[in-house]
Amino acid sequence: MFVPHSDLDREVMLKAIGAKRLEDLFTDVPKHLRFPKLDLPPAQTEMEVLATLNEMAMSNLSVRDAICFLGGGAYHHYIPAAVDAIIQRGEFLTAYTPYQPEVSQGTLQAIFEYQSMIAALTGMDVSNASHYDGATAAAEAVVMAYHNFRGKRCTAVVSQALHPQYRQVIRTYTQGYPGFNVIGDENTAGDPLAEPESLLPLITSDTAIVMVQYPDYFGRIYDYTKIGEAAHAAGALFCVAVNPIALGLLKPPSDFGADIVVGEGQPLGIPLSFGGPYLGILATRKEYVRKLAGRLVGETIDSEGKRAYVLTLTAREQHIRREKATSNICTNQGLVALASTVYMSLLGRQGLRQVAELCYHKAHHAADRIAQIPGFSVCSGAPFFHEFIVCCPKPVEEINDYLLNYNILGGYDLGQDYPGLENHMLVAVTELISAEDIDAFCEALEEAVND
Amino acid sequence: MTEPTLYELSSQGRPGFRFPQPDVPLTPLPEGFLRKDLNFPEVAEVDVIRHFTRLSRLNYSIDQGIYPLGSCTMKYNPRINEAAARLPGFAHLHPLQPVETVQGALELMYELQSWLAEIAGFAAVSLQPAAGAHGELTGILIMRAYHQSRGDSARTRVLIPDSAHGTNPATSAMSGFQVVNVPTDAAGNIDLAVLRTLCDATTAGIMITNPNTLGLFDQNLLDAIALVHQAGGLVYGDGANLNALLGVARPGDLGIDVMHFNLHKTFSTPHGGGGPGSGPVGVAKHLVDFLPGPIVEIVEEGDEDMPPLFGLVQPKKSIGRVKTFFGHFGMFVRAYTYISMHGPEGLRAVAENAVLNANYLLARLRSAYKVPYDRTCMHEFVLEGRWEDAPEVIALDISKRLMDYGVHPPTNYFPLIVHDALMIEPTETESLQSLDAFADVLLKVADEAHQSPQLLKDAPHNTPIRRVDEVKAARDLVLCCWVPEAESN
Repeated sequence: MFVPHSDLDREVMLKAIGAKRLEDLFTDVPKHLRFPKLDLPPAQTEMEVLATLNEMAMSNLSVRDAICFLGGGAYHHYIPAAVDAIIQRGEFLTAYTPYQPEVSQGTLQAIFEYQSMIAALTGMDVSNASHYDGATAAAEAVVMAYHNFRGKRCTAVVSQALHPQYRQVIRTYTQGYPGFNVIGDENTAGDPLAEPESLLPLITSDTAIVMVQYPDYFGRIYDYTKIGEAAHAAGALFCVAVNPIALGLLKPPSDFGADIVVGEGQPLGIPLSFGGPYLGILATRKEYVRKLAGRLVGETIDSEGKRAYVLTLTAREQHIRREKATSNICTNQGLVALASTVYMSLLGRQGLRQVAELCYHKAHHAADRIAQIPGFSVCSGAPFFHEFIVCCPKPVEEINDYLLNYNILGGYDLGQDYPGLENHMLVAVTELISAEDIDAFCEALEEAVND
Repeated sequence: MTEPTLYELSSQGRPGFRFPQPDVPLTPLPEGFLRKDLNFPEVAEVDVIRHFTRLSRLNYSIDQGIYPLGSCTMKYNPRINEAAARLPGFAHLHPLQPVETVQGALELMYELQSWLAEIAGFAAVSLQPAAGAHGELTGILIMRAYHQSRGDSARTRVLIPDSAHGTNPATSAMSGFQVVNVPTDAAGNIDLAVLRTLCDATTAGIMITNPNTLGLFDQNLLDAIALVHQAGGLVYGDGANLNALLGVARPGDLGIDVMHFNLHKTFSTPHGGGGPGSGPVGVAKHLVDFLPGPIVEIVEEGDEDMPPLFGLVQPKKSIGRVKTFFGHFGMFVRAYTYISMHGPEGLRAVAENAVLNANYLLARLRSAYKVPYDRTCMHEFVLEGRWEDAPEVIALDISKRLMDYGVHPPTNYFPLIVHDALMIEPTETESLQSLDAFADVLLKVADEAHQSPQLLKDAPHNTPIRRVDEVKAARDLVLCCWVPEAESN
């Protein structure tokens, strides 16, 4: 309970209001529905609640007590201690959206620096202040393209190697747009691992946006120059979904002609936290800045000529534009964006390159080792970053059950999302995995098959 | 007081964070895909800590004092929430782990789903939406799916009171609906006479914020809901102002069909300077099958020896997924902690004291500020920030002058139906002393507006920066630390 009043305080206040009892303030509430009895557990103290929560938390298997090879859009990276120290500062933690710039320069400048680093990383001109997560950023990119062509282009061409959940969210977001179709991922040819060029025939004058992932959902690295050219030749926008850690090593999607870059920012210093809160990256070229969803911080001056920051181009937004806004987004991921800003500034160019290379080398070592285990093969078929596909001799679920005996969280079972990829495991390797962990994984995989 | 940017603090070659050397054989890097350069600042850890610490001190926050932003419910954020969310068994779970290894997390989600449903009177809750506006989108898509499932495709319009948050019309438009404005009557309620003329077979539903953004419990609410229901429409409840209703009235009992919660308002999860929020959606019985999934259910009943098995289930006619994974789990832990510490009586006390605080402030300010809709308010109220006998002063000037006295201004220029609105929500966590200090400042500023208006026009004087040039920001767009044209990768 965090109400600071004594009974005497309440008496003084009621008297000032001219009411006898607290209940008198609620006479507008229909009487027969007023003060319902809520069937909830009785109040507990901080000590009691923490004991309960601790017990619940202990019943979970934390990735810190396991060896984690799960990826699929969320990755277990090391988070420098300084990140949490900054985001726990009450001045950042308990501030609202910076509507009043004179008392919010801390938040505003931090967002401005976030926008700068995301622009640098993606090769775009402009990043917004953050979006909810990678999937919703991808969906906003599609909405943005739909409006860019005033609803006259009614198709989004998406790669089947775009994260399955991103594709689901895109479909949810666009269900209110009459005649809008999301195509390209239905796998008509029957090959879920087909090359990206298989999208080319689908790009037409009805295409509003073409979206691919880099590295793709399976971890593969492709050159998307041809896809970008085809999108532009058809007059469509080209969007690339990225993993920001990979961009520490790989050339930015601007090199492929991307108009919009989206991505999941979780790898940039954000704990796994069972799926959220994460960080949606949404960046674009400057000609589309007025179509962009979400907050933007701009540099300006104050009345004495001092440099200052302020939310800008608010005429795109719901609180000004209402039904004509580019998006309905209001609260976004401010504190998470701050965490990623601290992370990126701690690492710098060299640190980000180093962590990306560590992931790359360890993943390739793991892939080499796994490929030597009888019955297993690696079937990524293209250069990959830190995630690869392992073809297994038996169902992935059975193997993963066995691995749990060793507190190993095996890779994701791709058969859940891709018919045709039964017995295929998506394995992710980050800098937190050691050579010994990889040995242990390989031994356990071998045993699992012979079990 | 200007803090250099990270880029200005950067010095080429300065060592940053170090990672261990590889303990595996190296693999050749993928030639042709390698990045040539990355324009990131190069700073040391001490630079980073000092930079962000200095930046933090340019902010105002609840931890420093009252933050009376109307409809934002800036209450104290208990620190135990932060400790709970950082327990390793919550903070370090991968969302794709086998369900057997995350039963504690699923149990917490299951209980939070059922507690929220109980608090607001709904049949089921999905925790997936990321924030309030995202919850609205989810709710409106649920309404759409409901009508479609009945073959009722003529319902293309959503009714929205003119006092609504901007997210309401933006959400409806984003979901493919046409927005129809509903006026407010002289008492600050939905204008029933007009509403009656607007309800017909094209009405998909209405979006109602109650208490509304004037801080009033709509006296026409039950009639308005009945009108929409009679026309075959559904009623969306914007849960932004739920703080006033905890243990006071359940939106589901009032007839609302679907509503989002703002865990970052009502249930004390921190705003973080603009998120992360969390916007679970609750629905009445007839909409349960349309919820976005997955949601947590008991998939195997337990017994004396075995606890139940929690699993993730997709509702039958789900609108689909609105987000990756399950929502903002870290916020669920915080809200769960908060509800646990309050219990049923404690939650009612939250609402009662929030309403008490608002009415007390209103009583203290009524003599100096015009109250356009003056009756007993709920958790917030709206004043006019202007006076006929001080014509040069506007609400913005009052807001800026408040900063000089070390308090955060109220929400200004909203709701749109009040001229120069000052929308004040103190929340239940402000003490009598804090409320009195805030009221004293507002009274003093009202006095200054009449005696020395220039003080207000030039305000703020004591903040890290003075009034900013917003026009320049939008005209000479500078959105990152360098000019994009000069940049090459």
